[in-house]
Amino acid sequence: MTAPPLLKVDKLSLDFRTREGRVKALQDVSFHIDRGEILGIVGESGSGKSVSAFAIMGLLESTAEIGGGSVHFAGADLLADNGAAMRAMRGREISMIFQSPRTALNPIRKVGRQIEDVLRRHGPVTGHEAKKKAIEALERVRIPDSARRYDAYPFELSGGMCQRVMIAMALACRPMLLIADEPTTGLDVTTQAVVMDLIREMVDETRMGALLITHDLGLAGEYCDRIAVMHAGHTVEDAPTEVLLEKAAHPYSARLIAATPAAADEIADLGSIPGGLPDLRRQDLPYCRFRDRCDRRVEVCDAQPLPVTELTGSHLVRCWRPT
Amino acid sequence: MGSAIPSLIGVIIATFLLSRALPGDPAVYFAGPAANAESVQQVRESLGLDKSVPEQFALYVWDLAHGSLGTSLTTGQPVADDLLQRLPASMELTFAALIVAIVVAVPLGVFAAVRPSSFVDHFCRGTVTVAAAFPTFFVALLLVYVFYYLLGWAPQPLGRIDEIYYVAPDTVTGFYLIDTLLAGDSESFRGALAQLVLPTISLALFALAPIARMTRASMLTALGSDFVRTARANGLSGATVLFTYGFRNALLSITNIMGMIFSFLLGSNVLIEQVFGWPGIGAYAVSAVIASDYAAVQGFILMMAVIYVLLNLVVDLLAGLIDPRVRFEG
Ligand SMILES: Nc1ncnc2c1ncn2[C@@H]1O[C@H](COP(=O)(O)OP(=O)(O)OP(=O)(O)O)[C@@H](O)[C@H]1O
Ligand SMILES: [Mg+2]
Repeated sequence: MTAPPLLKVDKLSLDFRTREGRVKALQDVSFHIDRGEILGIVGESGSGKSVSAFAIMGLLESTAEIGGGSVHFAGADLLADNGAAMRAMRGREISMIFQSPRTALNPIRKVGRQIEDVLRRHGPVTGHEAKKKAIEALERVRIPDSARRYDAYPFELSGGMCQRVMIAMALACRPMLLIADEPTTGLDVTTQAVVMDLIREMVDETRMGALLITHDLGLAGEYCDRIAVMHAGHTVEDAPTEVLLEKAAHPYSARLIAATPAAADEIADLGSIPGGLPDLRRQDLPYCRFRDRCDRRVEVCDAQPLPVTELTGSHLVRCWRPT
Repeated sequence: MGSAIPSLIGVIIATFLLSRALPGDPAVYFAGPAANAESVQQVRESLGLDKSVPEQFALYVWDLAHGSLGTSLTTGQPVADDLLQRLPASMELTFAALIVAIVVAVPLGVFAAVRPSSFVDHFCRGTVTVAAAFPTFFVALLLVYVFYYLLGWAPQPLGRIDEIYYVAPDTVTGFYLIDTLLAGDSESFRGALAQLVLPTISLALFALAPIARMTRASMLTALGSDFVRTARANGLSGATVLFTYGFRNALLSITNIMGMIFSFLLGSNVLIEQVFGWPGIGAYAVSAVIASDYAAVQGFILMMAVIYVLLNLVVDLLAGLIDPRVRFEG
């Protein structure tokens, strides 16, 4: 048996209480991340990618209610209700970066100071040390002229530069796990590559684990070791990247791959996926939430809960009729 | 800064026209009840009111350019002297009210934002609305009635200091609270403070609502922003998130309305000063209007406008201190 994974999310279910009823945002979501590995989570908008990340971080709003399952990180139970321990862990052992880095940084505080805030929070450092370490953190993400950039405000930096600052901040305390929620959305293609190369390098160098959330399967295919596909609050497939791209077993994954420009030869070949996500507020959500969009639907899909099948060593699929 | 000059020119023209629009004929007023047509005409000529309006305007601008606001018909003093002598009284009252309002309303707004729909949130919205609903002078009269007449806690509402018991301090800043302290006269300080309490409260009540609301709204925006989420994701402590990240950002919008609130308070002074016998510019303006004292009214409006323009400069400077984006724009 190998060592337990760095992060293990097991059968996590989560509802939001809203005025219009309960939103069943996650149901039996499972995935894991090892050290030195990037796991990609892909899926269309509203499939529960961010909610999964927030659940790991303990950053859910008070209307969220965890119905079951567990999240273990380096042996610790993250769902055990321990606010102080969780806060101490955030930013030090698990960090997160977000989409739209410009608004994710405090607009009226020097970026260097913002990194210092994190350093000071997680360790006793003197003012001088903190500044030195903050500049080092900026250097580590290859920000040129980092001593001067320390004094910059977010509005003085480009979007890509801001995302690098975000990464520097997230990595300042050398965490074991980095969660990146659509870190390159809104950046141009070149900057996107720079940011992703940086994350890949950090992972290879420090052996930390990373969770890359994206709706761009092409991007995930390029940078991730394994990919988990989410659909309407379910993890429908989980496989090593090459396996998934070549032998996707779930009809939704197969359609996603077909809809990704890199895989299609011509724009005209781009298959779009008919239908939308089911309304997660419905009381009578079907066992298979992809049912209405699926062309392989058979009777058993409506009648019984979905089985999770292990196709090969680490290729999991949740479907009655995987291919 | 660049916008200050054109606004001042506009204000000069507007004050002139406004004061001419006042009802009543000052020549008749000053000639007295026993005057005949001839003596009224004499007064009119001596006041320069027989000249055409453009001529009067030219004279007015000429005087202004020489630093003169003209002479008040009621006091016989140069208007500039009158106003400058009375301005500190109004300023002291306005500042006191503003400080009280900020000290009460800002924490209230912050708390209401941190705990939405809590008791404090409802209390904040309720009282603040009630406070804003009553007319200024009504609250002032009510306070005088309760605290002076019924309870006897407050001193007689007759000005800035009771000169029978206390000595008015030598003028340094013109603010009695500061001047008495500078003179080391703690007795008079207490006397001045006692006089200031009720008018300050009456005035402050009106600034509570806008400040608390603005604080609550801008705190809610700041706390819901992406960068606060980042701060939380980085494990920053609750206090750092609330103050360094939340409040500092909310302070921007709060500062921006301060200029408006201050001038609003300075305007409300007109009524409060009447109730408390406060020798400020508001009371002066009221008697000037009643007497159709053109020069005094013009001077008053002009000074308010200048204060308003200066105030906005100060607010811009403060905004620049808080927000680097404002600083770099220039
Ligand atoms: N605070 C909330 N209250 C109620 N429902 C919520 C809340 N947050 C998320 N949801 C619901 O949970 C589901 C998953 O949302 P989530 O933000 O995780 O999607 P996502 O996969 O990250 O999508 P995107 O690509 O747009 O970021 C959605 O149906 C959303 O409406
Ligand atoms: Mg999302």
